[in-house]
Amino acid sequence: MRKFLPLLAMCLPLMGWAQNDNPMYSNGKIYVVVAVIAIIFVGLALYLIHLDRKITKLENEK
Amino acid sequence: MKGSIYKVLGLLLVAYSLIYGLLTKVPDLPIIEESIRNLFYHVSMWFAMVAMMAASFWNAIRFLSTEDLAKDRRSISLAEMGMFFSFMGLFTGMFWAKFTWGAWWTNDPKLNGTAITILIYLAYFVLRNSMDDARKKARISAVYNIFAFVMMIVFIGILPRMTDSLHPGNGGNPGFNSYDLDNGLRMVFYPAVLGWIFLGTWIASLRYRLKVLQE
Repeated sequence: MRKFLPLLAMCLPLMGWAQNDNPMYSNGKIYVVVAVIAIIFVGLALYLIHLDRKITKLENEK
Repeated sequence: MKGSIYKVLGLLLVAYSLIYGLLTKVPDLPIIEESIRNLFYHVSMWFAMVAMMAASFWNAIRFLSTEDLAKDRRSISLAEMGMFFSFMGLFTGMFWAKFTWGAWWTNDPKLNGTAITILIYLAYFVLRNSMDDARKKARISAVYNIFAFVMMIVFIGILPRMTDSLHPGNGGNPGFNSYDLDNGLRMVFYPAVLGWIFLGTWIASLRYRLKVLQE
């Protein structure tokens, strides 16, 4: 969970913006979709890195 | 650390294609409309699949000339990853076809060729699992792998080009000409292909290392 905190923190400034100047509300809110896809991809990337490290650890134990 | 550069590069390139692929300006085409963006996602699955199968084929040949079982493990890991990409390409393609060509499946030569290719590779996995002796298994499946790869090239690379197809670039035309792709699309498509090939290689290497650990 701790790994995801910086990611959430990055979204905080967006929440404080007023609706009319927050880019998240522009262009039919497509940036919201982009952000959602980015979050899923970052999650997958972290999972893959985690798996790689775990296997490396197992290899070193052998 | 030096061996991890391609992993980072793969993540960055795929992230770029996922995000910029949605934001970039695309040509306004009839029927296809915004779904042309699927080029970055659907087509890159197939390119990654062919790359995985080519690497698997190369390792099968290397196994036959060196008798090194590590090559056989690499070969099967890459083929498994290629299979994953081909299923992803198939499902995304069916979805795209439904809303542009009007049906989940058409008698397009490329679709049927792909179906045959997938069956050929499924037979590869069945063949492998039907043998217990590791050396015999490796040798027979390496020979079969060579056959499967050549068949794949014939079914998805050659035959669809010899007849009319709903896919662009078929029916006598080269795959990448100025009518099919504009430079804006290329700027996302090629990095996407490269990124998925790197990611696929990474995941295949994880599977390979797991196989080593399991033995």
